[in-house]
Amino acid sequence: MHRQKLGIITFLIFAVTINVNCGRKDREETKTQLSESSPPAYGDTFVDGSIGDASNLIPILASDSASHDIASLIYNGLVKYDKDLNLVGDLAESWQVSSDGLVITFRLRKGVTWHDGKSLTAHDCLYTYQVIVDPKTPTAYSEDFRQVKKAEVIDDYTFQVTYGMPFAPALASWGMSMLPRHLLEGKDITKSPLSRHPIGTGPYKFKEWVTGEKILLEANKEYFEGRPYLDRYIYRIIPDSATLFLEFRARSVDRIGLTPMQYVRQTETREIKAFFKKYRYVSFSYTYLGYNLLTPMFMDKRVRQAISYAIDKQELIDGVLLGTGRIATGPYKPDTWQYNPNVNKYDYDPNKAKALLSEAGWKDINGDGILEKGGKNFQFTILTNQGNDVRQKCAEIIQRRLKETGIDVKIRIVEWATFIKEFINKRTFEAVILGWTIPQDPDLYDIWHSSKTKPDELNFITYKNTEVDELLEKGRRTFKQEERKRSYDRIQVILSEEQPYTFLFVPDALPIIHARFRGIEPAPAGINYNFIKWYVPKDEQKYIVP
Amino acid sequence: MVIPLFFGITLVSFTVIHLAPGSPTDLQTQMNPKVSAEAIQRLRSFYGLDKPLHIQYLIWLKKLLKLDFGNSFSTDNRKVIDKISERIPITIMINILSLLLILIVAIPIGILSATHRNSLFDKLTTVFVFIGFAVPTFWLALLCMILFGINLGWLPISGIKSLGFEQTSFAAIALDRVKHLILPVLLSAFGGLAGFSRYTRSTMLEVIRQDYIKTARAKGLPEQTVIYRHALRNALLPVITILGLSVPGLIGGSVIFETIFAIPGMGQLFYGSVMARDYPLIMGILVIGAFLTLLGNILADISYSLADPRIRNI
Repeated sequence: MHRQKLGIITFLIFAVTINVNCGRKDREETKTQLSESSPPAYGDTFVDGSIGDASNLIPILASDSASHDIASLIYNGLVKYDKDLNLVGDLAESWQVSSDGLVITFRLRKGVTWHDGKSLTAHDCLYTYQVIVDPKTPTAYSEDFRQVKKAEVIDDYTFQVTYGMPFAPALASWGMSMLPRHLLEGKDITKSPLSRHPIGTGPYKFKEWVTGEKILLEANKEYFEGRPYLDRYIYRIIPDSATLFLEFRARSVDRIGLTPMQYVRQTETREIKAFFKKYRYVSFSYTYLGYNLLTPMFMDKRVRQAISYAIDKQELIDGVLLGTGRIATGPYKPDTWQYNPNVNKYDYDPNKAKALLSEAGWKDINGDGILEKGGKNFQFTILTNQGNDVRQKCAEIIQRRLKETGIDVKIRIVEWATFIKEFINKRTFEAVILGWTIPQDPDLYDIWHSSKTKPDELNFITYKNTEVDELLEKGRRTFKQEERKRSYDRIQVILSEEQPYTFLFVPDALPIIHARFRGIEPAPAGINYNFIKWYVPKDEQKYIVP
Repeated sequence: MVIPLFFGITLVSFTVIHLAPGSPTDLQTQMNPKVSAEAIQRLRSFYGLDKPLHIQYLIWLKKLLKLDFGNSFSTDNRKVIDKISERIPITIMINILSLLLILIVAIPIGILSATHRNSLFDKLTTVFVFIGFAVPTFWLALLCMILFGINLGWLPISGIKSLGFEQTSFAAIALDRVKHLILPVLLSAFGGLAGFSRYTRSTMLEVIRQDYIKTARAKGLPEQTVIYRHALRNALLPVITILGLSVPGLIGGSVIFETIFAIPGMGQLFYGSVMARDYPLIMGILVIGAFLTLLGNILADISYSLADPRIRNI
């Protein structure tokens, strides 16, 4: 009796919702006309939606992406990456690397001012360097700067650093946000009010931060690259992704990042297409299946190659990412200069996989469908972390494909802290599915060099190859791009041959942005690189700023 | 009795959270190619994590005695007390409003169900309150957001105020606040109806059977007076106990709820602090929670004795 009524009422709730859904008409504002020719205009507000709040707006003290995203609008570094990922000057007008590669001299732009009106000088750069390397500063970014032997101010607009050894990633490290010396020197940076109220040199000035709710920035009209078109930038924090999606549908948020499911299926309605524009570009990350090379069965490279042949990577992309990604062949992003397309791609080939395995001694003798060697079944566990749906699904698809090849795979999902402490650091895993972000600079010393295999270090699969070691060292000791490319091309060939990881895929970034914003041009660097050039034509502006 | 209990709670909590794998510096350092062993050490000593556990506890306790909760271990390094105090008002407001709403709705439901036992009203409200109890709030919240926020466009979907540079007058701001609070308050109250209404119903049923109710009826009092003057006052006594127990709940927001409505309250703060192993913040919130629990118990005892003369005499 009770149960029946309960059923009826639940049904009613459903019916109401569905009815309203169906009965709804597009009684909205007239459809935005997409005239690309509208001239740029100042004004309007960009409302960004994010699931995480920032933590600290002094960039050297923060490690979360929300803080860095916002800080990148407030601060500048000496150098930056342009849309094609070449290093160009930011606060530095130009720079010079001495012929031995040991000394870098930055010439700063003149007339750049901090948001409080003081001028930026080379003393600010020196202070930023000093505070990063100060052992009392709790920063995670000191490593690159500790390579500096000497840093000095030549004059107000010339800053010079000297290294003990040529160090190519050094140049990019000077993209670090420069901090205002006049507000920080002599004070404890961890207690500085700037972490909640930053003052930088960037295109946007900090205005307000309501914890857990929003961060508001205003255009810096005196910005040295020109006044940004959009007058305000609001970073709204909506921690639940389902709510975030609803807020976006209600058009109270101008940009969100879509999941593959939302990109392919849930944003194809006429209504959403009328008001929003979707973008798609290669993201800076890849997912891989990594082998513990201390495990006897994975020591033979033929076994690793066989597994790579047995996994259909396109199937993973189609099944897990609904097609929004591309096959990874190495540790670099496919549209960058360091990427080498001429490597073995391990296209799906189960026969080749079986042949390689039997060559390595793995044969199905007892006819149970699982390969054996020395009386032991070919069996291993793929480990991945909890909370990452994509990796879990990959593990399941891989499990099925490997079963067809005669390998019995178990899957184990472990909470992150335990995952790192008990399995990665103690090297007790057999195989893992994980991802790396791809840095703009190709230096991968920490992940592949044989000296980085101690506990806590990142070469946790214990990959050791003397040629790769030499190439990694060579690659970071020269500033010439062609020379560096030769090293990194060769590394990619070796990694492809040895398959210490089976590189799976590089997912696409899938942002969706309100259609009133113009001037957005996807490039290898993503879309944010020209944010100050985005604009809304005068007659389409939504938020009128007093 | 209360004071040793309080320190016992802090000691157990402190030990347990340190036993969980992971440490506050992990978020910054793990799987980050730019972090050297030296940097990890630097961070650990900055937070005092390189000292033995009992020393860490004593340091923390010493600060607590001076009412200093210390600084958060997250990268913002702010005072724990600041982080809590900026989030506590909204959580308390929503909890009080929903508690009031629960009392206003659940007590009459309970009384009427008891006086009209097994009637259609009784059965319908029983089903209704149990649906409220059983339905997953996050799911119902999403449905309501779609209905009222997107399809009908009557209410804002999430947050506690609009972006805020369109309104100027006080009335407009107040209306905006109310609109934002409607869904969260209604939904959180919906889930709490079952407890109170069933409780009122059962105590009411018990009281109605007592001899003094029979006496009241025998005196020829009208039914209204019997129920609302004589029975209700006795039936509501145990509700005081439940209210006392609700005191610590006032600062504990629901994580799911706050996350889904994007309300920057205590639930999110606590969840975030546990995930980041932000020990001082976790301890700060636990200490306040423990304090309020003990306070709630004392208050319940006192008000119980005020309301019920029998207890006072003993």
